[in-house]
Amino acid sequence: MPKLTIDDTPVEIPDGLNLIEAARLCGIEIPHYCYHPALSVVGNCRMCLVEVEKAPKLQIACNTRVTEGMVVRTTSDRTHAAQRAVLEFLLANHPIDCPVCDQAGECKLQDYYMDYDRQPSRFELARKNHKGKAIDIGGGLMLDQERCILCARCTRFFDEVTQTSELAIFGRGDHNLIDTYPGRKVDNPYALNTVDICPVGALTEKDFRFRMRVWYLHRTESVCGGCERGCAIDIHHHRGRIYRFKPRHNPKVNGYWMCDAGRHSFPALQSESRLVAPLRQADDRMAALGWDAALAEAAAKIFEYGRAYGANAIGAVVGARATNEEAWAMKRLMAAIGSDRIAGLTWSPADAPGDDNLLVRANRNPNTRGLAALGIESAALGRLGEAAARGEMKMLIAMRADLARALGEAEFVRQFGPLDYLVVLDTDANETGQMANLVLPIAAYPEIDGSFTNFKGRVQRLNAAFDPPGEARSAIEVIAALASHLEDGAAQKTAAMLAIPSSASEIFARMAAAEPAFSGLTLDALGAHGTALNLAGE
Amino acid sequence: MERYLTRWLDIPDLRRIEVYEAHGGYAALRKALFEMTPEQIINEVKNSNLRGRGGAAFPTGVKWSFIPKDSKKPVYVCCNADESEPGTFANRYELENDPHAIIEGILIACRAVGAHTCFVYMRGEFFTQKEIFETALAEARARGYVGADVMGSGFGVEITVHRGAGAYICGEETGLLESLEGKRAYPRNRPPFPAIQGAFGCPTVVNNIETLSNVSHIIARGAEWYKTMGPATSPGNKLFCLSGHVNRPGLYELPMGFPLKDLIYEVGGGILDGRALKAVIPGGSSFPVFTAEEAIKVNMDFDSVRAAGSLMGTAGVMVMHDGTCMVDVLRTVAHFYHHESCGQCTPCREGTGWIEKLLIELEAGRGRIEDLQTLLSVATNMEGNTICVLADSLSMPVKSFLPKFRSEFEDHVRLGRCPFKESGAALSAVDGRAHAAATPPKPAIAHAD
Repeated sequence: MPKLTIDDTPVEIPDGLNLIEAARLCGIEIPHYCYHPALSVVGNCRMCLVEVEKAPKLQIACNTRVTEGMVVRTTSDRTHAAQRAVLEFLLANHPIDCPVCDQAGECKLQDYYMDYDRQPSRFELARKNHKGKAIDIGGGLMLDQERCILCARCTRFFDEVTQTSELAIFGRGDHNLIDTYPGRKVDNPYALNTVDICPVGALTEKDFRFRMRVWYLHRTESVCGGCERGCAIDIHHHRGRIYRFKPRHNPKVNGYWMCDAGRHSFPALQSESRLVAPLRQADDRMAALGWDAALAEAAAKIFEYGRAYGANAIGAVVGARATNEEAWAMKRLMAAIGSDRIAGLTWSPADAPGDDNLLVRANRNPNTRGLAALGIESAALGRLGEAAARGEMKMLIAMRADLARALGEAEFVRQFGPLDYLVVLDTDANETGQMANLVLPIAAYPEIDGSFTNFKGRVQRLNAAFDPPGEARSAIEVIAALASHLEDGAAQKTAAMLAIPSSASEIFARMAAAEPAFSGLTLDALGAHGTALNLAGE
Repeated sequence: MERYLTRWLDIPDLRRIEVYEAHGGYAALRKALFEMTPEQIINEVKNSNLRGRGGAAFPTGVKWSFIPKDSKKPVYVCCNADESEPGTFANRYELENDPHAIIEGILIACRAVGAHTCFVYMRGEFFTQKEIFETALAEARARGYVGADVMGSGFGVEITVHRGAGAYICGEETGLLESLEGKRAYPRNRPPFPAIQGAFGCPTVVNNIETLSNVSHIIARGAEWYKTMGPATSPGNKLFCLSGHVNRPGLYELPMGFPLKDLIYEVGGGILDGRALKAVIPGGSSFPVFTAEEAIKVNMDFDSVRAAGSLMGTAGVMVMHDGTCMVDVLRTVAHFYHHESCGQCTPCREGTGWIEKLLIELEAGRGRIEDLQTLLSVATNMEGNTICVLADSLSMPVKSFLPKFRSEFEDHVRLGRCPFKESGAALSAVDGRAHAAATPPKPAIAHAD
C-alpha cells in the first residue's frame, strides 16, 4: 500500500484508489460533481482540483491515483481558490431559481457554495444564458437544462450502465445542454437513477416534484420488496407516509442502483385498500372486531379442528413476501400445533417483466430464497391444496399469500373451497381475504423489523420506518399473540414450544439456533450490506 | 537559404506523383524501408531535433519512441490535418501543393512505430485539399507506396482520410481521437497518453502535417543536414503564416530563429499604409501578444519566443498597426474561443463566454473599470485548470492584452465608446462577428529567398 501524505497526515492507502476515495478513507471530503464511483471518470467539473506536491498544476483528485510518497493538499490556498473559482463558474449561467427548485435540500451546488465559496457572483444576471426548463423527456424524468452543470453523470449512466444512450450533450461551450435525440424520449426501466445521481436540480422525478421538501423526510434503511433481488433502499417518509424509495449502496446486491418499478412499488403499500382492523365474516359481510376476540376465535378454531380431526387438519401458507422471521414464526407455530402442513407461495403477476441483465428479476417475491432456506417449500402448496380439496384439511392460515389471485379464482375455490375455516394475515383487502372467515391486518414490510433473503442467499435487514396504519400489527406479533392464546390450553411440552417471541431480533436468534442456513447470524449483525446465508449449513 | 518545404514554388505540379518522384520523391521511404531499422529511423528523427509543428513543439522522435515496441495491439499513426488555429494556414497549402511529402512522411512514421494504419484527420472545410490529397493517395497506392506490401518490402500501410465536421477542438490531439472514434470531440484526460492508449484504445502517434512533411527530408538527407538550419534546440525550417497589417501577408518558409522584425519589415514588406507597428501575436491567436517593442527583439523559434514571454505555436504571425483597437482584437479572439470551447470543463465552458461578454460590453463603451480586474481574474481562474489547453488559449491573450494595452481598455470605459472607431461604429461591432484583427491572407506568396 502506497504511503502518502494528505493534509499533513501520513497515511497508507490501498493501491489503485483515486484521491477522492483515498481522502474519503481519511475522513476528508474532496468536493466533486462529475465523479461517481460507479461511472467512468471524465474529470470535467474540475471541482475536485487539489494541490499535489511537485505537480506544476492543480490535479483533479478523481483522475489522480495514489502513488508512493505523494503529498496532497486539499485545503491549501490554491485548492480553495480553485474551488471558489469553479463554483463561481458553475453559478455564472446557473439560473438562481433555488426558491422554486425542487432539488433544494439536496443540491450539491447549494451545499458546496455554502461549504467552499460564499462569495457574491461577479456575473450579472442579465448576461445569463437561458435554456429549456421543465421539459418532460420521458421515463418519468423532468429536465431543466438551465440548472444542468454538464457533469455528464446521466449520459454516462445511460451509456455505461443501461447502455441505452438516450441522453447526450448537444451544443458547444456555455450553450451546451443535455437533451434526448430528436423525436426520442427516455424509455428505460432504470431512468430514475439519473435523478439520484444528478448533483443539481436538472433531472427531477415527475412523480416526486413538489410533493415534499426533502428536509422533512426521514430516512430508514430497508430492502425493496419488489422482486427477489432485494435492492438495498432508503425509505424516505414523513408522518407515516412514504414519499419515495431511494437505492442504498450495496455492492453485494444492487450497487448504487434500483429499478423504477421497485422505486414505484411504495404506493401499493399505502393504498386505500389497506386493512386497519381485524375482520370477521358474518352474514356474508366482513365486520370489524377487536384483536383479542379475533385471536381468541382463531385459537379456538385451531383447538377445535385439532381435537376433532388431528393436527394436520390445520395448515398454513406463507407467501414469499413474508420476512424470514414471519416465515419462521409460522413454521414454529405449525410445529407446535403438530401440523406438518406448511407451504410457501411464490407468485408473480403474468405481466411482470422477466430477468434483465442489471437488477430486475422475474420472480417478484423478495423472500423466496429465505422460505426455501427454512424448508417452507412452494412445491408443498399443491399437496396442501389437494388435502383441502379432499376435506382432510379443515383450517388454513394464509399469511401474505393471496391464493385466490395466485391460483385463479376457480382453482382456488376447487382446492380451498371445502375448507371450514380460512384465516388470512395480510396488509390489503385482497381476493383471498374476501373469502376468509377471519382477516387479520398486518404491517407492510416498511413498517417492520426483520429480514429478507435474496435470490443469491444474502440476508438483509429491514427496519420499521413507522407504525402500521390503524390497528394493524406486525405479523410476528400476531403469530406470537396467537401462540400465547394457544398456550393456555396446550400441554406442557407444546406450551413451551408455543412460546414465540414477538421481536424480530429474538425470533432471528431462535431461528439462527434452529435453522442451519441461518446459523451464526444475528439480525443486528447483518450490517448495511447484509450477510450471506450459511449455505454450507443449509 | 534552401526551401525544402515549399519547393513546390519552384517545381510546378509537385503534387503529381511523377513530378514528385522525378525530384527525389519516395527515395526517403525506400531508404527507411530497405536501409534502416525502425529504431534507426526514430534515432535519426531524434537526432534531428525535429519538434512538432502543431503548436506543442514536442520532439517528434521522442514522441515516436514512447510507442511500446512489443505492442500486442495495433499501433496507429494519426495525421492531424485539422488546422483551424486563427492566423494559421500552412497545412492547407501543403496539402494542395505537396501531398506526396505528407504521404511519404506518414509512411516513414508508420514504419518507425510499427503502424499499419494511418488516419488523416482532415478539417471538413478542406474540400479542395481533400480532393487533391486523395488523388495523390490514389497515385501512391497505384505505385505501390501505400497498401499491403509497400514497395515490395512486406510492410503494409493503409491510409484513410477522415473528415471532421468542423470544430476547433477536433484538432486537439485527444479531441481528434474521440472524434475519429465517432464520439463527441471531448478531449481526454491524461494519463493514459495516446502513445499507450490512443485511437480505439491502441498506441497512437498524432503528428501535424508540417511535422510529417519534415520527416521525409530528414530521412533523405540526414539529421546533420537538418540541424544546419535554425538554432540547435529547434532546427529546420518553419512555415510562417504572416497575416494582418503587413504589405505582403502570406506563407513563408524561413529557418527557425528568423527575426520577427525581418519577417514583418523585409519579408512582409512592412506595415500596411506605412503606419507604425503596434502589436504582434506570434503563434496563432491563442498566445500572448507582443508589443511592438517586444516584437522587434524576438527571434522566431520555440525557445526564443517562449523566453520572450509568448509561444510560437503554429507560427501564425498576426501583425497589428497603430490603428488597431486592441479591445476589439481581444473581443474577436474571445469570440472564437467561446464559440469553439467544447464545454467539457467548467472553467473553459463558463469562462470563455464570460470573457467574451465582458469584452463586448467594454468594446461598446458600456464596460466598467472593475471589469478589467474581473477579466484578469476570470482568465487566471481558467488557466491550467482544464483537461486541454483551450481555456489557456483565451486566458493567455487576456492576460497579455490587458496589462500591455491597459490604457486602451481604460479609455473605452472613460469615453464610453471605442476610441478607434468613428462615431457610432462601436455599436456595430458588438454583434460578436465583427472583422478579425488578422485579415484573411491573400494567396500564398512564399518568399523567394
